[in-house]
Amino acid sequence: MLISYEWLKDYVQIKLSPEELANKIEKTSVEVDSVFKRSDGLKKIVVGQILSIKDHPDADHLHITQVDVGEDEPIQIVCGAPNVEIGKKVIVALSGARIADNVKIKKSKMRGVESNGMLCALDEIGFDKSLVPDEWKDGIYFLPDNARVGDEVYNYLGMNESLIDLDVTPNRGDMLSVRGTAYDLGAVFDEKVNFIEHASAPTGTHDTDELISAKADPNLAPIYKLKVVENVDVKPSPLWLQIKLWNSGIKPINNVVDITNFIMVKVGQPMHAYDLDKLKSKDLEVRNAKDGEVITTLDGNDRKLTSTDVVIADDKPIALAGLMGGKDTEVTSGTKNIVFEAGVFDPVKTRKMAQKQLLHTDASQRFERGVDHGNVEAALEYAAGMAEDLANGESEQGVVNGSNEEVQPRVISISSSYINHVLGTNLSVKEIVSIFKRLGFGVEESGDNLTVTVPTRCWDLKIDADLVEEVARIYGYDNIPSTLPITQTTEGGLTPKQEMIRKSRETLEGLGLTHAMSYSLTTQEKAKMFMLRASSETPLQWPMTEDHAILRMNLISGLLDDVAYNQARNVLNVPLYEQGRVFYKQDEDQVRPDEVEHIAGAISGSLVSNSWDQKAKPVDFYQIKGILEKYLASLSLKGHITYVSTDKMADMHPGRTALIKLDDHLIGFIGEVHPKVAKQFKIKETYVFELDLDYLYTAPKSGQQYQKVGQYPAIHRDIAMLVDENVTNAEINKLITRRGGAYLQDATVFDVYQGSNVPEGKKSIAYSLTFEDPNATLKDETVDKAVDKIQKRLTNELNAEIR
Amino acid sequence: MALKEDLEQIKTNGLQNIKAAQDGKTLNDLKVNLLGKKGSITKALHGISELPVEERPKIGSLANKLRDELAKTIDSKRVELDQAALNQKLKDEKIDVTLPGDSVPKGHPHVIQQIIDEIDDIFIGMGYQVLSGPEVEEEVYNFEMMNLPKNHPARDMQDTFYITKDILMRTHTSPMQARALQKHDFTKGPLKMVSPGVVYRRDTDDPTHSHQFHQVEGIVIDKHITMADLKGTLEVMTHKLFGDKFQVRLRPSYFPFTEPSVEADITCFNCNGKGCDVCKGTGWIEVLGAGMVHPNVLKMAGVDSNVYGGFAFGVGPDRFAMLKYGVDDIRDFYLNDLRFLSQFD
Ligand SMILES: [Zn+2]
Repeated sequence: MLISYEWLKDYVQIKLSPEELANKIEKTSVEVDSVFKRSDGLKKIVVGQILSIKDHPDADHLHITQVDVGEDEPIQIVCGAPNVEIGKKVIVALSGARIADNVKIKKSKMRGVESNGMLCALDEIGFDKSLVPDEWKDGIYFLPDNARVGDEVYNYLGMNESLIDLDVTPNRGDMLSVRGTAYDLGAVFDEKVNFIEHASAPTGTHDTDELISAKADPNLAPIYKLKVVENVDVKPSPLWLQIKLWNSGIKPINNVVDITNFIMVKVGQPMHAYDLDKLKSKDLEVRNAKDGEVITTLDGNDRKLTSTDVVIADDKPIALAGLMGGKDTEVTSGTKNIVFEAGVFDPVKTRKMAQKQLLHTDASQRFERGVDHGNVEAALEYAAGMAEDLANGESEQGVVNGSNEEVQPRVISISSSYINHVLGTNLSVKEIVSIFKRLGFGVEESGDNLTVTVPTRCWDLKIDADLVEEVARIYGYDNIPSTLPITQTTEGGLTPKQEMIRKSRETLEGLGLTHAMSYSLTTQEKAKMFMLRASSETPLQWPMTEDHAILRMNLISGLLDDVAYNQARNVLNVPLYEQGRVFYKQDEDQVRPDEVEHIAGAISGSLVSNSWDQKAKPVDFYQIKGILEKYLASLSLKGHITYVSTDKMADMHPGRTALIKLDDHLIGFIGEVHPKVAKQFKIKETYVFELDLDYLYTAPKSGQQYQKVGQYPAIHRDIAMLVDENVTNAEINKLITRRGGAYLQDATVFDVYQGSNVPEGKKSIAYSLTFEDPNATLKDETVDKAVDKIQKRLTNELNAEIR
Repeated sequence: MALKEDLEQIKTNGLQNIKAAQDGKTLNDLKVNLLGKKGSITKALHGISELPVEERPKIGSLANKLRDELAKTIDSKRVELDQAALNQKLKDEKIDVTLPGDSVPKGHPHVIQQIIDEIDDIFIGMGYQVLSGPEVEEEVYNFEMMNLPKNHPARDMQDTFYITKDILMRTHTSPMQARALQKHDFTKGPLKMVSPGVVYRRDTDDPTHSHQFHQVEGIVIDKHITMADLKGTLEVMTHKLFGDKFQVRLRPSYFPFTEPSVEADITCFNCNGKGCDVCKGTGWIEVLGAGMVHPNVLKMAGVDSNVYGGFAFGVGPDRFAMLKYGVDDIRDFYLNDLRFLSQFD
């Protein structure tokens, strides 16, 4: 909402500069978007008078004018405007002037004729086109005849007024008017507000209710009032009124419409004017629309209505209640008799309708936030009085009420100790009372207890907490002390699950993976890739784009997007992990998805890059598995982890993927992204894993355990063998471990080989075995026996050929 | 006395040869040739039997002295040679210490996560419990219980992704206020909680908007918690996160779930409060919203608002990270460009 600093000063004394005032408003009331003058950035733009006009010899639409700009000689300006007229006072941008958009005006030749400046239209000196009155839309602007030639034009057009753009929060609808803002500043500065609403005695001889009737459902419009003014002379408003409007961001239309907008801006009551003679019936009604009814609104749009819309109707809708009037009953230059309407429309219904019709107007903005119920009739009378003054109308006696609630100021009980209790201040009753008085509230004191009467212009103050806020902002937030809560001691901390998640992040970062954060909303295709379990989709009702339409059911697809982003920028080594939620649904009937914490990793390229001293090792299954094993080990899980080869995951390499099981429970998978999928994502060979972190959290832990380190030397033995190539490490290892005897501590594969010297279909595999007796020095013969037994078992059970 | 002269000769030659030796092998050979069982001293002493008896001990002692001297000289020469050899070896082993060290795998925490962890830790230190809530939230918790009834104009401030008419992507972490209030047993003491998490808004992604970002909600409810406590708490957080020179100021604002509501500004990062383009000349930057919890929020969560009250605040780690590091595009946090991520540790 644009508000003029100078206009405010008509009602309340302000000692601060416009910029200082803006800062003050921010600290006490609402945010300020900007402070500016319409003349900002303009230079050398003066009043000129057209002395003569000649047609340009070589151009049809150009005129050569001689213009008096207060210098010794008139200057010659070539102008293309259709409305140049001898004797008129015009806006002249002299040579060297700056006009709108920082354009510089220079002496020039137009089709061979010298031109020493420019005659300007309003938009050329910075007025937004939406503010320029229709009569000046297509030509240069004529200043008042009494404008002094050679003066700067700004003061004639209100362009030196400082305009403050307020960003009014929903609770401060009262500040959407000069009156409300003036009262607010009066309280802030402890200054008296001199706001007079003049209503002149009507001169008409009729009673309004002889000319019109109204009926309103109080649920739709708790207050609805009409007043007739006859014999108006519809014409452009005087310049002072036009300036008030355009400096409030509103386009002047004609004197009658301008009066309604002026009242809205000045006192905050949105109004409308109908052409009385265009009404099909003189019985107006505020009612719900009937399904299928249609109205053409003043903006020229045809609007189809349904029964949730609220309209004003004669025998059909003539206005959308609280939003905009209809074209059929518009006040135009031929209008003779008018009906002014002022009322209160239901905020929620207004908001719904504005959203549905995509029609957010100055009026709807105010009705949504509420308006002063106590000022409706005064506003209506004020408008009628203005119509007598500005349009020579005869305003008729009385008003017609379609609905009319009894309006009482609100009374709120509060105590000064409560206010201090909430704010942490130590204000005396006297100080608090004085703040309420500054705000214009009535206060009755009874010791610590205060009974506060809030005027209707502060309709948003409803409960004691609202009054606490009034005290806080007028007293000043800067004056409130800084303390820390004094409470019973509480034990702070992360939940065990949050702790596990934080530790997981630290472990994976220590192992070389960088933390990525991706979007949870993704495409339908990516949402359901790499799924650890079957799940229905959770789509948004109205996604903004296909890219963010469905909740993810895996983390890997997001990581692959990240790999692609990096590799497209030639960052080829990409080790990333992500921790976050996936969203599972048992079936379509489940409305709200389960949110399951996952953790996933992706590595493409290599963990460390090539260097002069070190050759990069391209990532492979075993490298990422190593990382995963270290991570899983850090969790101290009690159960046993196994890796089971799978060729059933569509997005994974069928030969290089394993399901990960904790005892019998599937906790995740690991492997190479299917080359086809990698190609789809435009990424190089990439290895990934994804784990169900929630399950890992609930799985039993062994905790940190200590095992005494043996004091006797261990004995190491190697066993090398040839086995069928399909025999897995897991099988061999299991057998060795089971048959290794009491002293076998560990069996680790250290060599796997296929190729020359190894028969087709076979592989050579070798294990390093560690034996140890915690209580004595082991004898070689004991170990020999154990190894011998293992070798026999390997030969018998796995058909191994010991080498 | 030829024998004596022989020995003198052996000594002179021996010392000369030892001195001239250039390596350990020559020295070993010399030792064998001079002092060995078949060495020149032993050989020379073969002639001792031809000497008169009274001369023999003299020569014997002379020979022993000679042995000792030669042995000592050889030993010290050996030390000398070893030292020289070592010196040479060390010289040969000299490297270019300016070449870079080996790469070691090292991941980086996400900058937003770092800020969240820092905030969590600050409040844990002040006795706050950290709680997590659902990202897919019930409309009731996200709006109704936050004192935002249907068709409240403030709902426009938070454009929402709906799953169904009752289920939505939470637009703020504030619903955790209601959830925590409902669960908390006030007979056991005050509620002091922060709740970090992901939130969603129906916004088109651009440099200052992201349809997904983060918030940390905070709430303290007890029998006597004040606006002054809120101010002090926000100051502690600001000082710990950004440094002591950063000031906090409160301004009136509006949130349906707090009354009074405030916006908190902190000293502009760019100009340290002098006023610049970033802060529109004010010297202050808006960083978070806060206020005293609205009685309706307490009531709806089943808490007696006549007895209990307190403050709540919501901070944006994304915004904090942008301000702290001068990141000018919020989307950078979600692109996961390693050149970006690896700058933060
Ligand atoms: Zn600044």
